[in-house]
This record gives sequence, C-alpha cells and structure tokens, in this order.
Amino acid sequence: MSERDSIKEVLGKATKGDKAALGRLLTIIETSPKKASMVVSEILHEEGGAHVIGITGIPGSGKSTLISRLISHYKDKGLKIAVIAIDPTSPLSQGALLGDRIRMQEHATSPNVFIRSVPTRGVKGGLSFSGVTMIEVFDKLGYDKIIVESIGVGQTDIDIMNVAHTIVVVTTPGLGDDIQALKAGIMEIGDIYVLNKSDKPEANKTYAYLDFALDLGELGGVDKRGWQPRLLKTSAIMGEGIRELADTIEEHLDYIRSSNKYTEKIQTRRMLMVKLLAEKIFLEKLEETAENSGEVRLEKDNNLYQASINLIKKVSRELERE
Amino acid sequence: MGGAADILELIKEIRGRRIKVLVAKLGLDGHDRGAKVVARALKDAGMEVIYTGIRQSPEQVVETAIQEDVDIIGVSILSGAHIPLMERLISLLREKGIDDIPVFLGGTIPLPDIPKLEEIGVDKVFLPGTPLYDIIKYTVEAVKKKRSRGN
Amino acid sequence: MTKLYNDKALDEIKARLEKWEKETLPRSLSRFPERSEEFTTLSGIPVKRLYTPLDVKDTSYMEKLGLPGEYPFTRGIHATMYRGRIWTMRMFSGFGSAEDTNKRLKFLISHGETGLSLAFDYPTLVGIDSDDPLAKGEVGVCGVAVSSLLDMETIFDGIDMGSITTNMTINPPAPVLLAMYVATAEKQGVPYSKIGGTTQNDPLKEFIAQKSYVFPPEPSVKIAMDVVEWSVKNLPKWNPISISGYHIREAGSTAVQELAFTIADGIEYVRHLINRGLDVDSFAPRLSFFFDSHINFFEEIAKFRAARRMWAKIMREWFNAKKERSLWMRFHTQTAGVSLTAQQPFNNIIRTTIEALAAVLGGTQSLHTNSLDEPFRVPSEFAAKIALRTQQIIAYETGVADTVDPLAGSYYVEWLTDKMEEEAWKYIDRIEMMGGMTEAVKRGYPQREITEASFRFQREVEERKRYIVGVNIFVEEEEDEIRNVPLLDINQREIEKRQIERLRKLRRQRNNEAVKDALNKLRKAASKGENIMPYVLEAVKKYATLGEIMNTLKEVYGIWVEPPIY
Repeated sequence: MSERDSIKEVLGKATKGDKAALGRLLTIIETSPKKASMVVSEILHEEGGAHVIGITGIPGSGKSTLISRLISHYKDKGLKIAVIAIDPTSPLSQGALLGDRIRMQEHATSPNVFIRSVPTRGVKGGLSFSGVTMIEVFDKLGYDKIIVESIGVGQTDIDIMNVAHTIVVVTTPGLGDDIQALKAGIMEIGDIYVLNKSDKPEANKTYAYLDFALDLGELGGVDKRGWQPRLLKTSAIMGEGIRELADTIEEHLDYIRSSNKYTEKIQTRRMLMVKLLAEKIFLEKLEETAENSGEVRLEKDNNLYQASINLIKKVSRELERE
Repeated sequence: MGGAADILELIKEIRGRRIKVLVAKLGLDGHDRGAKVVARALKDAGMEVIYTGIRQSPEQVVETAIQEDVDIIGVSILSGAHIPLMERLISLLREKGIDDIPVFLGGTIPLPDIPKLEEIGVDKVFLPGTPLYDIIKYTVEAVKKKRSRGN
Repeated sequence: MTKLYNDKALDEIKARLEKWEKETLPRSLSRFPERSEEFTTLSGIPVKRLYTPLDVKDTSYMEKLGLPGEYPFTRGIHATMYRGRIWTMRMFSGFGSAEDTNKRLKFLISHGETGLSLAFDYPTLVGIDSDDPLAKGEVGVCGVAVSSLLDMETIFDGIDMGSITTNMTINPPAPVLLAMYVATAEKQGVPYSKIGGTTQNDPLKEFIAQKSYVFPPEPSVKIAMDVVEWSVKNLPKWNPISISGYHIREAGSTAVQELAFTIADGIEYVRHLINRGLDVDSFAPRLSFFFDSHINFFEEIAKFRAARRMWAKIMREWFNAKKERSLWMRFHTQTAGVSLTAQQPFNNIIRTTIEALAAVLGGTQSLHTNSLDEPFRVPSEFAAKIALRTQQIIAYETGVADTVDPLAGSYYVEWLTDKMEEEAWKYIDRIEMMGGMTEAVKRGYPQREITEASFRFQREVEERKRYIVGVNIFVEEEEDEIRNVPLLDINQREIEKRQIERLRKLRRQRNNEAVKDALNKLRKAASKGENIMPYVLEAVKKYATLGEIMNTLKEVYGIWVEPPIY
C-alpha cells in the first residue's frame, strides 16, 4: 500500500469513529511533516464547523479542572469534545512528562470525548504546526468543541492561541497585587477572563483589580470595539460559575459568527499552518546545512549579512533539489 | 546494572525513535512513589511519558492508551488486586484490537503469581528493587520488538 | 542558662583535638584511607569523623534535655519509661469478609488481646461501596470491606465493645466508620464513656503522601476536625486522630521531611481547633502521632527525640497549653516497609530488628514490626510471629529498656538531635510562610519535596552511593524458597460476590425514605458548615451506606484530583 493509501485508510476509519485510528492519525501528524501534509490535503476541502476554544493560564490556575467541568457541561448537551493539552517539555532532555490529563481522566471513557497530550518540542515551530493541524483533523471529524489548553508562555503558545475562535484566560486570586504579570504577553489577548478559585478570601480584591484593568482597556484582545472582554468568577473544583462561563463562550461564538470573524479565524489557521510547516522544514534544513557546510564561516573581510543570505540561498537550493 | 556508556547509547537510541509510554496507576491504592519514579526516569531518558494519576479503572487506562496512541503501557499495582485488574485490562486491549501494545507491571507481586500474569498476557513483571536502568532498557527493547512486528 | 562544659575544659579539648588532627589522624589516614570522601545520613546531613564536647558546647542541659517526664520531654514523656511498662506491641493486621474478621477478632480476644486493630480494604479506605464498579477486584483484599452498619455489626457480633479498644486505620471516611462503631456499641448497650480506640483521621498526610484523599484539602481538614471536636465532647476514651509521618516517609521523604511535615500537620490541626473556639487543653492531650523507623540508626533516634522537644515547645510557646499532658508527643512507630527488600528476604528480619531498636531507644509508646515477607505479600503467620518475637527479644533480653534514654549525652546523638530540629524548623518556617500546611499542600510543596527526595535516593542506590545488601551489593542470583510460598488464598471473588449480594439485599430491605431523609439532613448541615458527626451518625443508623454518605458529602465539598507533580 502506498503511503497515501495507508493514510487514507486510517483517516477513513477515524472518520467512522474509530478512536484508535484517530490516535494513530495524530501520531502521524506529530512525527512526519510530509505525511501530515498528505493528511491535510485529504481533509482540507471539507469544512467542519467546530468551535476552537483556547484556554490559557499559568500552572496552578486550575485550568485543567476548569476544562474538565466544561467537558461535563458540553457532554450533557450531547456535543463532541476534543482537548489538545499542551504540556511543557523538560528543557534539559527531550523527554516529557505529560500530566495535564490527570484532571480530565473522568472523561477518558466517554465516547464523545477525545483528549490528546502534546509536548512542546525542542524544535522551534514543531508543536505549533502539529497542534494547528490537529485542530484541522478534529474539525473535519465533526468535533463540536475543540479545546486547546496551554500555559500561555512563549511564541508557540501565542501562535496556537491566535487560531482559537475564543480565548479564555484563567487567573487565580493572589495575582491581584501583581497585575503587571497579567498585562504581559498572552494575558492581554483574552476574550473572556476567568477568576478561578473565587472561593478564596482574597478573591474580591483580585476581581476588583482585574475589573479595573478591563475598564481601562489594559486587558483584552485587539478586537475591543466589537467585543468587550468579560470577567467571570468560577470555582472549578466546586463546579461553580461553569454554566455562566459556557454561556459567555457561546455568546462570544455568536458574536464571531455574526461578524465574519469565524471564517477569518479559519483562514488565519490555514495560513498559519502553511507558515509553520515552512518554518519547520526550513529550520530543520538550516540546521542540517549549517552543520555540514564548510561555507558557513565568517572570514575577516566577509560581511555577516551576506554570509547569512548565502546560507539561506544554499538551504533553498537543497530544498529545491529534494 | 548499566554503565554510563550503556546508558548514553540507550538514550541516543530513544531520541532517534520517539517512544511514548503510558504509566498508569490501576486500582484504588494510592502508593504512587514507584510509578512516579519510573515515569520520571523514562522521561529523563528522553521518552514521552503520559501519567494517569491514581485510582484508574482498566477502562480508563485502555481509552487513554488509545487516545494518546502510546507504544507501551506500564502499570503499577500495590493493592494485591493485580490478577483481576490485569485480566480486565488485557482483555479490553484485545477487544479494542490494540493488544500489540506491550504491558509491563510493577508492584508487590508474589512470585507464584508471575506465571499466571504472563499467561494473562503481561509482557514483563518488575519486582521491588529493580534498577531503573533495567526498566528503561526493557522499554526500549519491547517497543523495538513491537515496531518490527508492526512493519 | 548554664552550659554543660566550662570554658577551660573546652579549651583543653580543642587544643588536644588540633594536635590529634595534626599528628594522630594523618598517620592513620595514610595507612587506612577512609571508605568515602563524604558520609551522610539518609536525610543528607553530613556526618563528621568524630564528635566531641565541642560539638555540643553551647548546649544547656536543662533547656535542651531536662529530665524524663519533664519539659521539654527530649528524654521521654514518662519519668520511668520502659522500667515501668514496656511499650505496647501493637500489630496491625487485615483480613477478608466481615464474618472472617469477626472470627479472627474472637480468636485474638480468646488469647488475651484487648487492643484490636482493623485494616480496611481499598474501597472502604476511599469511601466507596463494595458494589461500585471501581471496587471490582479489590473487595476484601487488603482488609475487611465495610459498606454499611450491617458489616460493622457483623464484625463485632458477640464481642463486648465495652471491654476492648479498636484502632481503625481510616481517613476520609473516618466520620462514617466512627459513627458505625459508635452505633454498633450503642446497640450493645455500651455507654459512650466506655467506647475506646483510635481513628487515624489525618487528612493532610493523604495529600502529602498516602493519596487516599477524597475531598479537597480545606473540607478534608474541616471534616477531620469535626471528628476530633465531636469525640472530645462525647467519647472521653477515644483518640480521634493519629498525626502520621509514617506514610510521608514511606512515600520517599527524608527523616527531616517526615519530622517537619508531621509537626506542620499537627500545627495546622491545633490552629483549626482553636479557631473553632476550643480550649487547647481540652483536646491537646488527645492528639497522638505515628512515625516511621528507618534503617539509618542514629538519625532515627535523633528524629524521635527532636520531635518530642519541638512539639512540647510548640504547644507551650505557640499555643499556650497549660496542662502537662498537652505538651506530650505520644507516638506509635512502625518499622520501615520501604527498607525491606524482595531479594534475600531473610535479611529483612535484621533490618526490622535494627529499626525496632531505634524506635525503642527513641522512646516510642507503641511499636509495630514488619514481617520479612512483606515486599511481596500479606504476611504469613510464621513471618508475623518472628516480627513480634523481635520486639519481645529487644524488650526482655537486651537490657536496652532498663534505663531511660540511654543514648542521651552521646556527642553524636545530641548533635544530630539538634541538627534534625534545626533542619526541620527550616521546613516548618517555609510552610508557615505559605500560610500553613493546607496551603502548602495545595501548592504541591511537600509533595514535590518528597518526590524529589525519593528520586534522589533511587539515583544514589543505582549509582551505588548508597548500599542495600542483596540489591546493589552482595547480590545473589538464586531465589529464596520463601518467595515461592503462595499467598493465603482468600477467595476474593467469592467474598466480593457475597458482599455485593448483602449490600443489594440491604438496599431493598431498609427504609429507603428514612435513608433519603437522613442524607438530606446531612447535606443541609454540611452546606451550612455545621459539625457533620451527629448527622452522619443518624444516617448510619438508618443503614445509609458508606458510599451514599460520602457521595452526599462530595456534592457539598467537591472532590480532589492531585495537580501533576513529579
């Protein structure tokens, strides 16, 4: 069987609801960019209609528990849910210990739920590409809600959050005094802010801080005119505030559907997929070329900029040859 | 016990092939020291390790193995209920058609139970005091064997 | 504050020591180089070549040691210690069905035992009924299954509960099991004043180590303190809590961590009870502790001595306890299960002996010695008997029990006792800064410290920086016969089947309206933050099951899933 045929076969099974086939399909996407492209070209002409929800927050904010509660909520409505749990890889070795699903294990056996852990890999761009491609696959297979979980640190996380239709930023009491931390990086881009663990005594203070920052326009995505970012309180562990959160997420979905942003996001996602794969292929080749090439030397009268351009040209030539 | 050179060789091999391991605490006992030490050692050796947390049912473990598409499953049981739990786990793997995934077991297992567990379909039983290197080495070899069968 | 040594004596010793280091020592080192560059205890405390009065020169005897039976109790909580009464040899054991357990208890009682110890199976320990899908294969394996009052009645059928005491190793479901025990005794006509025994009921160490938690940390502590408060007011002979370092150590902590985390747990409980408006002296004498005794001999002895001193100080200086008994750290000790090896299992007798000796020299109130076959099975009678005999030999042959705290004054032991205390305070300070142990546990702090320590230890063993005979030194290939002895066949399937049938029959025959009503009242009381004990007792009496009661409480308090910590 040709590579393409065997991919078609796995895809066919996965489409029929074979979870083991879906599991394998995701592995293919993670391990081989070439085969991943084949998968994409098989599925791209069909549109799914999934709602991609990015949920981000620092470790300890309780986002995994919150996601588990959201899964229960969606399950009760008869929806199909996929979770892509992005876990930070240990920087010292390439190994990874993926434990985010521990808090979602009660859903492991639900027929309508599929949870996949994804390590952030050493190779730059590697994760974002497979993460984005996985979204495409879940979309095609008819998943209604695709939840992407990440800690929201680093470029890869920002990439992946950018393709989410709705971004939920989870914070927790005690951060109030250090609102600067919230304003940094990914924390700015939320459509919905959740103050989890709101049963804690210091919650009111943090809530006030966040509310103030929202009023000032210091938090919230670029799209502030169309959608005023919301602030909600939850206690994931007690299941409080989940319905309100789910309702607000739906409200946001209605908003993006009505304003064309829904399809814009899908286009962003697909453009990003191309960009990330290009980046991945190029960087891998760059590394290989730089290692094997005697030309990559900076001579006395050689210009640094020119040397870099020469290297890029060489990489391009080699890629073309393949 | 492996020398430093052996370990380096092994780690090189692991990095070359990406090994994904599910470490599962099956049953109700909460003694997770062993499972965590093994999970961490496999991770440090360069593998991708999914840890389920405690109190997992065989159904949960099998579904997790499916969704994560793991190469191998390591189970830890210290409650004494290893026979019925492993029977259920392995028969579920068969039912789902993924019994090519090797399963290894660690915990307080009486010696006379080992043949019975092997009969059930457990690939390897590790008793207390097994050096981590042995477990890493076994994992690499078992995955290699599985893949050579698969292709 | 008078010091133990005068300056002149110390100067002399110092001068001599310097001379020794210049002359005697190098000669010796050149002929006999030392085995290692550095020696450390299991907690990683560096051990010096030699200890002299210089290492304890600042010690004030009266302040640091005192006399046995007096503050700070470093030398023991009683004036005569084992010269009066040998420690209690309390052996924990577990067995199949309620009927089997009843027979076994009657057998023990007929042989003169009055202190019983109940081991429960895993479903009971985590608060689910025997017919729960998760219980499959585990019913009756590690102890007796108790799903309702009916099971408790069966266990104590024909046993006078007014003349025995019972230790129950139970944690999140402690209020339910205690209620069942009390209800059964009540049916026998035993007055509350005569109901005696212990519930382990220590929730914080579940999060830190043992992992049979159910509810999140805050409600878990609240429920456990309900049990303490209710017992203090109603059951004058009941020990409602046993604050346990044992499980912390078995999960891989160091001795210092065991000491620090256990005491930090105790501090948290005391604070909670005082915040409820209880007088410290009303409950403090009822708190008891439970420690591990590991293989690093002197470190263990130092740990026990430091523990007593620290607790007495905390109770007196932090919490203003006035009664002398409030300052006592009474503790039970068990030898270290984790130190036993599956390889050459007879060596485990020796390990257990050394550990038991350390517990005795550390002044324990009661002791459980592990059996040599525990690394691979539930103890056989043969092995359990040797374990008991080990204690008896220490008690009656060796003479170590004939004088109080015989190692006091050893430069090394005193130095190490101080060092253990100093290191433990560092941990306690950190935990205090986090806002106490409940907060620390939620942040995963002690869990992470333990995981780190256990991984470090495993590494050291593999790199042969630490030796374990039969594992990484003096290894033998052949198998010992004992490992091939089959497990006691308890016919688990049959026990499980019968237990499930019984439970179904109970659900049909009881007054289900009354059960529903009792559970509703419990739910309401729990939501309002009342002490749940009276309501649990009512529900138990209506034959609500363990699982039903726990599920009602889960609705109110939520459940806990551990944050990922490696």
